[in-house]
Amino acid sequence: MPDLSINFAGITSPNPFWLASAPPTNSGYQVMKAFDAGWGGAVWKTLGVPVINVSSRYGGVSYRDKRLVGFNNIELISDRPLTDNLREISEVKKRFPDHAVIASLMVQSRQEWHDIVRQSQDAGADGFELNFGCPHGMCERGMGSAVGQEPNVLQMIVEWVMEVAQKPVIVKLTPNISDITEPAQAARRGGADAISLINTIQSIVGVDLDRFAPYPIVDGQGTNGGYCGPAVKPIALNMVKNCAQHPDVRLPISGIGGIENWRDAVEHILLGASSVQVCTAAMHFGFGIIRELVSGLEQYMVEKNFNTIYDFVGKALPNVRHWEDLNMKYQVKAHIHEEKCIGCQLCYTACEDGAHQAIRLQAGTRTPAIIEENCVGCNLCSLVCPVDDCITMDRHDDGTQHLTWKERTTANTIPTEFNDEKAGGRHHWVPEPAAALGKERHKTLPGKARALGIL
Amino acid sequence: MAEFSTPTTAQEFAQNFAQLKPNMSRTEALYESSRCLFCFDAPCITACPSGIDIPQFIRQINSGNVTGSARTIYEANYFGNACGKVCPTEVLCEGSCVYNLQDVKPIEIGRLQSYATTQAITENKKLFTPGPANGKRVAVIGAGPAGISAACELRALGYEVTVFEAKAQPSGLTVYGVAPYKITNEEALAEMTYLQGQFGYEVRYHAPITGRADLAALEAEYDAIFLGIGLGKTTQLGLPGEEKINCVGAVEFIEELRQRQQQMQVGRTVIVFGGGNTAMDAASEAARLGAESVVLAYRRGKEEMGAYDFEYELAKAVGMKGLFNVAPLEIVGDDYVAGVRFIRTVIEDGRVREVPGSEFVQACDMVIKATGQAKQTHFLHHIPGLELDGRGRIVADAAGQTTNPQYFTSGDARNGGAEVVNAAAEAKVAARGIHAFLSK
Ligand SMILES: Cc1cc2nc3c(=O)[nH]c(=O)nc-3n(C[C@H](O)[C@H](O)[C@H](O)COP(=O)(O)OP(=O)(O)OC[C@H]3O[C@@H](n4cnc5c(N)ncnc54)[C@H](O)[C@@H]3O)c2cc1C
Ligand SMILES: Cc1cc2nc3c(=O)[nH]c(=O)nc-3n(C[C@H](O)[C@H](O)[C@H](O)COP(=O)(O)O)c2cc1C
Ligand code: SF4
Ligand code: SF4
Ligand code: SF4
Repeated sequence: MPDLSINFAGITSPNPFWLASAPPTNSGYQVMKAFDAGWGGAVWKTLGVPVINVSSRYGGVSYRDKRLVGFNNIELISDRPLTDNLREISEVKKRFPDHAVIASLMVQSRQEWHDIVRQSQDAGADGFELNFGCPHGMCERGMGSAVGQEPNVLQMIVEWVMEVAQKPVIVKLTPNISDITEPAQAARRGGADAISLINTIQSIVGVDLDRFAPYPIVDGQGTNGGYCGPAVKPIALNMVKNCAQHPDVRLPISGIGGIENWRDAVEHILLGASSVQVCTAAMHFGFGIIRELVSGLEQYMVEKNFNTIYDFVGKALPNVRHWEDLNMKYQVKAHIHEEKCIGCQLCYTACEDGAHQAIRLQAGTRTPAIIEENCVGCNLCSLVCPVDDCITMDRHDDGTQHLTWKERTTANTIPTEFNDEKAGGRHHWVPEPAAALGKERHKTLPGKARALGIL
Repeated sequence: MAEFSTPTTAQEFAQNFAQLKPNMSRTEALYESSRCLFCFDAPCITACPSGIDIPQFIRQINSGNVTGSARTIYEANYFGNACGKVCPTEVLCEGSCVYNLQDVKPIEIGRLQSYATTQAITENKKLFTPGPANGKRVAVIGAGPAGISAACELRALGYEVTVFEAKAQPSGLTVYGVAPYKITNEEALAEMTYLQGQFGYEVRYHAPITGRADLAALEAEYDAIFLGIGLGKTTQLGLPGEEKINCVGAVEFIEELRQRQQQMQVGRTVIVFGGGNTAMDAASEAARLGAESVVLAYRRGKEEMGAYDFEYELAKAVGMKGLFNVAPLEIVGDDYVAGVRFIRTVIEDGRVREVPGSEFVQACDMVIKATGQAKQTHFLHHIPGLELDGRGRIVADAAGQTTNPQYFTSGDARNGGAEVVNAAAEAKVAARGIHAFLSK
């Protein structure tokens, strides 16, 4: 069996799965239950100044029949007394000495930071996470993302914390910034031991069409909230990658954002995370999802012959390049495996209307055919096809040639005219505009009624 | 057998005749509509005789525009709600859903269709209005799927429409013939009330058009006449003993069942003649009324039955036993049916041949003949110049116009007996035909 345990900037944990600082880590009761279920660590719901929450706090995004593909909240940091939280932290640590308990903190003045770091240290926390991310409610008071968006202020606060911290300090970054590596570098300059990202993204998840107000609605009105859940994973992955690749960051990364199953976690790890945190998925499905997370990760490691997490932390990073480094000579084209086709013709209409008119219909069958000369190899058809492996993107170049934009720039052979082989070279074929007329109109009326000319 | 005990209350009746396609909840509709792929030039549309834009109405359900969905359905088919429940979707839209090719359950198009239309009916959503009056009048004979569909379309085109119906209720065989486990009386009639509210045609019940005098009056008073009269009673077989008590025609048996419901009497041991869908329905219905044994007697082999496979399976599932390759010779018994004398048959060169000396009597106390409906030729002969084809069907052109130019037709009377959806779709065309004719 592979070894799932981690040592994250000095914080040890039996596995890389931590609960992110959020409602699931609001109390000792919840954290004990989570550890009992198999979670490796927990970042406690952010401790700090007294707050008051509003009622109606969450909004969700549904996609067709799937609920909570995106989630947002307008909640603040912990609304429970600090002393209660600290007492429960020490109780959890007593019961679970090998699990990671990290205190998430958010206060304002240097003195306050010193006090709260000491208090949580005394309570037995294994480390700290500085919450510079909350995009609503706290930033108006000069905390949360107001700090995360100001690298200098961030660095200063990290320095204050480092003055008293005897345990590892993680800085949690807000994605509400144009270049995530700036606060990440500031964290490093301030002396932090690690970073975690992403916190939630400023969002409005939806508008009530009858009440004319954004969700979640508080007495007829709403405000921007913080977006998270499966929908944010792509944004999180990119930011994790940016920090992992940046030469001046070089800090362990705790990956957060859209992690719901083991695959999501592995993706974060392959892009440089060495611990992962989960919030929305635990809020949606409960702590029980840890069993699937652990079993999936273990199975993956067995199959890949990875003994520890560190065997694949950042393993995909060398293959994430700038666009200018990609091989322009590489050429794939779509191929329809007719025996699998169910004849939905989604590929046809997608390519016809949304890509390059490289798929045609055939008489006597509902299976469309690729027009290879026109196919630029964009993948669209293979993405819309509902049947697994029915449309494959097959390689057409012989693999011997390699030419990147960067190489052309260096060689000073940047094109001065439109002549892209993949777009058909100089005389790229597209149908004449007028050929479009009358093609689609008849499809929008009911079939038989249309054929019979009665509508 | 006795899988079903004889229903004595409305509740027991509803249990025995539980809906095959029960109404969907909002959640179920959301889940099911989410699965639809929104195929291009979707094969389900092609397979629907009324050409409903299925991916469009499913997408509308999915996006929460259920009223728009109902409009999409009704624009193509005025019996949208009934069709969702009674159509043989297995061989129509759902049978051609692309998911079948992937061995995945096809989209439940019928139930989604009824979901959207049920909501429009229940909330009495205003979707249609009569067209501006054009001063012309059309008489419609028969308030079945054909007649009512024609009436709706004609009203939309601005005609004044009067429907003459022999019976007490509209919707024709939808309420008098279709099996009760496909659609309830209340559902069938609710759609009729809804349509009449939208389009405002007049229906005269208990108003059979019977002879030349009635027809002449209509011809004088109306610019055109639409024949939506369907088919007639069960054909007589000419067997000795056919007049005995408890030897009944399937259409008559079902009509009585649909009206009397749990008050309906059925024999303990029932023999059903026939191999079509009506025979399967009658057998199923007899079983659900608590008959102890139901035997289907068919002149040919099982494979040659006209019934859809799923209808046969449905009847078998409630206990019907098949007796194949037998022909009835006589209904035996005194006043009441006591059995049927059969002779065994073989098929030679596609023909049924009786096997001499193979006669036997099968005891029973009820016979239901599902051997086809007669055409209304006697009545139709009163219409001057009206031609019928060799099988008694009214001859008409693509626009539904008969050989008497004032008369148009569609539905069972013209196609010889198909489904509700065919009658509804063809009637729309015929209404357009009337419009073209009267606009000349
Ligand atoms: C037992 C049985 C089960 C069926 N099951 C199904 C099913 O599950 N699904 C399906 O889609 N189809 C089914 N059908 C077929 C379907 O019911 C018919 O195809 C459809 O009803 C035909 O519509 P129509 O308007 O042409 O005729 P009908 O429905 O027969 O309507 C004709 C109407 O005209 C009236 N009428 C007739 N003559 C006159 C007159 N002279 N004056 C005034 N009124 C008159 C009749 O009373 C009747 O109301 C079934 C048919 C039968 C017999
Ligand atoms: C209701 C709610 C409250 C949150 N509160 C905090 C918090 O107090 N401190 C913090 O650092 N992050 C907080 N977060 C952000 C999460 O810790 C996490 O960074 C974010 O949800 C992304 O992870 P996910 O996609 O797994 O949900 C909160 C998130 C939610 C949904
Ligand atoms: S890969 Fe793109 S261009 Fe080629 S056939 Fe598919 S959709 Fe069309
Ligand atoms: S999308 Fe796939 S299944 Fe559908 S027609 Fe194209 S190849 Fe066939
Ligand atoms: S064939 Fe099936 S999946 Fe395709 S549009 Fe019709 S119902 Fe939807």
